[in-house]
Amino acid sequence: MTKDLLWRGMLAGILAALLATLFARSFAEPLVDRAIAFEESSHEAHAMGAHAEVNEPEIVSRDTQKGEGLLTAMLLYGAAVGGIFSLVFAYGYGRFALIGPRTLALLLAALAFVAVILVPAIKYPPNPPAVGRHETVAVRTAAYFAMIAISLIAMMAASRLRAMMIPRLGAFNALLAGAAAFLLVVSIVPLGLPSIDEVPAAFPADLLWDFRVTAFGTQLVLWAALGIGFGAMAERVLQTRH
Amino acid sequence: MATQAAIFDDRFIPVGGATSIPVEEILPWAVFGLLLATIFLYFVSTEQGATSLFAGRYVHEFVHDGRHLLGFPCH
Repeated sequence: MTKDLLWRGMLAGILAALLATLFARSFAEPLVDRAIAFEESSHEAHAMGAHAEVNEPEIVSRDTQKGEGLLTAMLLYGAAVGGIFSLVFAYGYGRFALIGPRTLALLLAALAFVAVILVPAIKYPPNPPAVGRHETVAVRTAAYFAMIAISLIAMMAASRLRAMMIPRLGAFNALLAGAAAFLLVVSIVPLGLPSIDEVPAAFPADLLWDFRVTAFGTQLVLWAALGIGFGAMAERVLQTRH
Repeated sequence: MATQAAIFDDRFIPVGGATSIPVEEILPWAVFGLLLATIFLYFVSTEQGATSLFAGRYVHEFVHDGRHLLGFPCH
């Protein structure tokens, strides 16, 4: 059973990633191009004829980055999160609540979007090229992963709290208690993580906003398609094994 | 009656007579799945960024746009 769910999770993730890539290619890539143009013009202004940095050889062309590169990254990401998602589903099915597979899949996708994408991105939002200093990439990566871990642990703890509270509060109020506990933890604990403020002063605010909105949009397409697609696949697996 | 149906009306389907999949059945696949996912995610998110297994910048440059759009710190 788990094996069938795992493969379908990865497949659903790959299909979701294809849709997300289509979205990203249409709406986000023009913004990435603008950010790179900004990056290059500010490099030129800094270099002032010292062409060492300006003429840095291009290892991968922009066309490849926007095409096969973007697609590969998205497919790997989709297969990975789809696989993990299916494992959480396998554990949660019949345990989280006695609800149908499609409902559970959509619910889990929504919760995963909040815990893995939304909450970490509020602390450390996605940035276009030209934003972020090269020297701090290790710190920023560690802080971002720590943020995802905090948010995920808070979500698991909140889910446990909800389950414990159901006999006393009833299902609806127990859900509210879990949500409140999650929000409390992710509001307070991340205050201990470093704040990062590296947007160049001259970087266009509109471009930054638009990039972040489309980055959210890309993730939303991915998780919605994963939740809906995997739900339908899981339903079929469960029906045939009935 | 159709107008009175719940928003989510798909029914719970029992798993081979039980209500859930036994943890012992999930565990080995969880180990395998998480390992695979970790490798995939590492190359998308971190390789030739914060850490490098391979020299050079090719992996970084190839997955560059995805890395930015998926929210990982890039450069």
